[in-house]
Amino acid sequence: MTADGPISKGSLDVSAHRRDGEVLLEVHDLVKHFPVKRGLLFDREVDRIRAVDGVSFTVNRGETLGLVGESGSGKSTLCRAVLQLTRPTSGSVRFEGREIAGLSRRAMRPLRRQLQMIFQDPYASLNPRKRIGQIVGDPLRLQGVASGGELRRQVRELLDRVGLSPEHHDRFPHEFSGGQRQRIGIARALALRPKLILADEPVSALDVSIRAQIVNLLDDLQDELGLTYVFVAHDIGVVRHVADRIAVMHEGRIVEEGPADRVCEQPRDAYTKTLLAAVPIPDPREARARRQTVGSD
Amino acid sequence: MSEALLSVRDLRVGFVTEGGLLQAVDGISFDLAAGEVLAIVGESGSGKSVTAQTMLGLTRSTNARIEGWASYRGTELLEADDAAIRDIRGERIAMVFQDPMTSFNPVYRIGAQIGEAIRAHRRDVSKDEARERAVELLDAVGIPGAERRVDSYPHELSGGMRQRAMIAMALALDPEVLIADEPTTALDVTVQAQILRLLERLNRERGLATILITHDLGVVAETADRVLVMYAGRVVEQGTLDEIFYDPQHPYTWGLLGSLTRLDRERPERLPQIEGTPPSLLDLPPGCSFRPRCPHEFEKCSELPGLEARLPEAPGRRDRCWLDPADKRERRQ
Amino acid sequence: MARFVVRRLIGMVAVLFAVSAIVFLVFNVIPNSDPAQRMAGKAATPRLVASIEEEWGFDDPLPQQYLTMMKKVFSGELISYFGREDVDERIVEGIPATFSLCIGAAAIWLFFGLLFGYLSAMNAGGKLDRALTILAVAGLSMPVPFIAALFLNYLTYKTEIFPSGGYVELTADPLEWLEHLVVPWITLAILYVGFYSRVLRSNMLDAMDEDYVRTARAKGLSERRVIRRHVLRNSLVPIVTLFGLDVGVLLGGAIVIEGLFSLNGIGEYAYISLQNVDLPPIMAITLFGAFFIVVFNTLVDIAYAYLDPRVQLGESAR
Repeated sequence: MTADGPISKGSLDVSAHRRDGEVLLEVHDLVKHFPVKRGLLFDREVDRIRAVDGVSFTVNRGETLGLVGESGSGKSTLCRAVLQLTRPTSGSVRFEGREIAGLSRRAMRPLRRQLQMIFQDPYASLNPRKRIGQIVGDPLRLQGVASGGELRRQVRELLDRVGLSPEHHDRFPHEFSGGQRQRIGIARALALRPKLILADEPVSALDVSIRAQIVNLLDDLQDELGLTYVFVAHDIGVVRHVADRIAVMHEGRIVEEGPADRVCEQPRDAYTKTLLAAVPIPDPREARARRQTVGSD
Repeated sequence: MSEALLSVRDLRVGFVTEGGLLQAVDGISFDLAAGEVLAIVGESGSGKSVTAQTMLGLTRSTNARIEGWASYRGTELLEADDAAIRDIRGERIAMVFQDPMTSFNPVYRIGAQIGEAIRAHRRDVSKDEARERAVELLDAVGIPGAERRVDSYPHELSGGMRQRAMIAMALALDPEVLIADEPTTALDVTVQAQILRLLERLNRERGLATILITHDLGVVAETADRVLVMYAGRVVEQGTLDEIFYDPQHPYTWGLLGSLTRLDRERPERLPQIEGTPPSLLDLPPGCSFRPRCPHEFEKCSELPGLEARLPEAPGRRDRCWLDPADKRERRQ
Repeated sequence: MARFVVRRLIGMVAVLFAVSAIVFLVFNVIPNSDPAQRMAGKAATPRLVASIEEEWGFDDPLPQQYLTMMKKVFSGELISYFGREDVDERIVEGIPATFSLCIGAAAIWLFFGLLFGYLSAMNAGGKLDRALTILAVAGLSMPVPFIAALFLNYLTYKTEIFPSGGYVELTADPLEWLEHLVVPWITLAILYVGFYSRVLRSNMLDAMDEDYVRTARAKGLSERRVIRRHVLRNSLVPIVTLFGLDVGVLLGGAIVIEGLFSLNGIGEYAYISLQNVDLPPIMAITLFGAFFIVVFNTLVDIAYAYLDPRVQLGESAR
């Protein structure tokens, strides 16, 4: 394999979308606690699970923020709290300058067109009883964007864009592989032409040889459509590839944030260092060298 | 040259399903020497797990069609009767599975389940003795506070500790061979590193021969001596660790290596990918099964390549690709 | 645990209140239920009706009638409209028959249900499994009165193997007690045998596919041990729940069976009272039944938490 790749993405700062500098999403001191209640007759709160414990970050239009965290770090809860799928305990979430934290479901409804999510499990996130044409078309129908023939046309276009063919329109999820289902999930997320897509572990459940396809697809779509991503994953290697900036999450807090390359090459926080050190290096000689210097368990 | 502990020749495992015969494994052969770590690499549908489970007779069922030959220290494994295979399970060859949460019975304590493994093979061991041994084992795999943990239920432990407990249970009777089926796939990366170090230590200190089954080449690079790459039920390439990583001979291996993200390198503009999807085992294309996804395919590929040594200087290297070795070196870049 | 039980007790009060209120309201709303009119009979004169109303308190406002009735239920002074019996006493008299029927049938259906379910699962797909499945489905689908009629016809009237009805105290004559209960037991059990055997079969087949069963085999355990300690242990837990709930309901009286076999239990009393639209017994029996249902529900929850360590009693942090 080549030793030196082409120009690294970090130096390509000049893409029209990214240069905007306009803040699309601003999260400030976001907190989500889950109370643990005990008591004989009446519930008294005895403890709290601090899933998200004061998280702040910004995402500029056109860029990709990578959020790295292991299980228990709170990253999934953070996603739900940002999208108002669960009510934050406190803190602020501003989308396009507008405060959305604590908004009622009704008030959030029109905003949902702009904020979409891609889920981790391609096997669980698609309703097995619906055909995929319907799954992808539902957002359009429910938000009153299109119906009938126009709806079908838009759905076909979406499927095509994610690399599926029109004949897939009438099939059911179980007829597709994991990678294809993830494409369907992406098509669904794109349906309403959102500004921001939150991808929660979009490739973790996929085979290795398919992961690259989906990562590249997301990349292409970002360039074509000017999308902004928050890419959440536990695999810092994948995140580094897609992200402009990386935020590392640990026990409900962000412990480090910065440009992707900087965070990976010159980590400042101890946890980030541990995380990076734990990523296996797919190079036997390097792996042996590293074992010798570090020593084994 | 150590002699083989475990030998497999031409193993074929098929399952009769409504859609026809699903050939999960189609002619795999390998040897495992004492103290060696053999990695079997492949994605879902490659047949790697079925191969591993067949070693312990776990795939036997009314709709399974198992052919070929496999033996452990002279004892035939595929046709062995139930009593014989039960003796080998746990005692000589032990297995660790992917998901420690579901692989433990949720209603019994960890210590009890480890004790059960011990007493199944050693009738004379009392419950107390078994419990003590369980504590020792939990300690040996690096679980802090083993005295307390031995009475925990599986759901009370973290993912990493559960997997360590699984490994402890596998080691209970001091087996010679450990088969680890995707032992770290369900774990976080920091925990994964710990488990791999543990497996490496066990291999080093106890001479525990290991078959490591994984889809992650990064994991392989850290632990394996030899590697088998499987695709759609067949071995497409085999060799030593360095040979596979530095001189891969099959386009699928190139694809796998290429799609890895490497932290120590500049990131490529675009992640190299393998086109298409793995084939359905019920409907394999004729000839080379990787052909539909291979950017280097040509006419000869309509004929299934045999798994053969194609490099005269390395007789242990075998692959299933018709391309000329010199050609391969060029195309690989 | 204490917290859980206390909450359930409070819940029980709420349930009993709700149930009794509903029964009371329904009774007062359905047509032709005016008890004073009906007690007066065919030769009713307005004066007679009025005097009955006064005597029984039917002219009081509804909430007051309700409270009075509730007081009487718990103090044992409740009298039925028709027959003027002491309701609570009559219920107590019916307990032996009802409990004998319920407990005996439960023992039978549990044993056979689990046996057939186990055999079916172990033979899954085979001839025995298919035969047992047919039996189970038949048992599930045949209406109870039909089964009862069949048995009554062939086992009692025609052949006189068993008596056709009535209940004999266990203490009076054990053999007679048994003879009188055999046919009702079987009739009641058939439905549940079918159901339980299917449930166990399904649970066992699911359990056998679980990862931990694969681990158990990989450890080298004998198949018998794998089935007993891993498959069965996990398959039976939901059955414990089911059983507790089913028994809880039946202790309140098996109306149809008791009626068909004239067993003089609470169920039969309920049947008669319903035909007469006689509120006091209906109220008392309903409360009696509700009480058992709540108690057994609670016991089942406790048992479940004991059998499955992952389950915590009461609420968990979400």
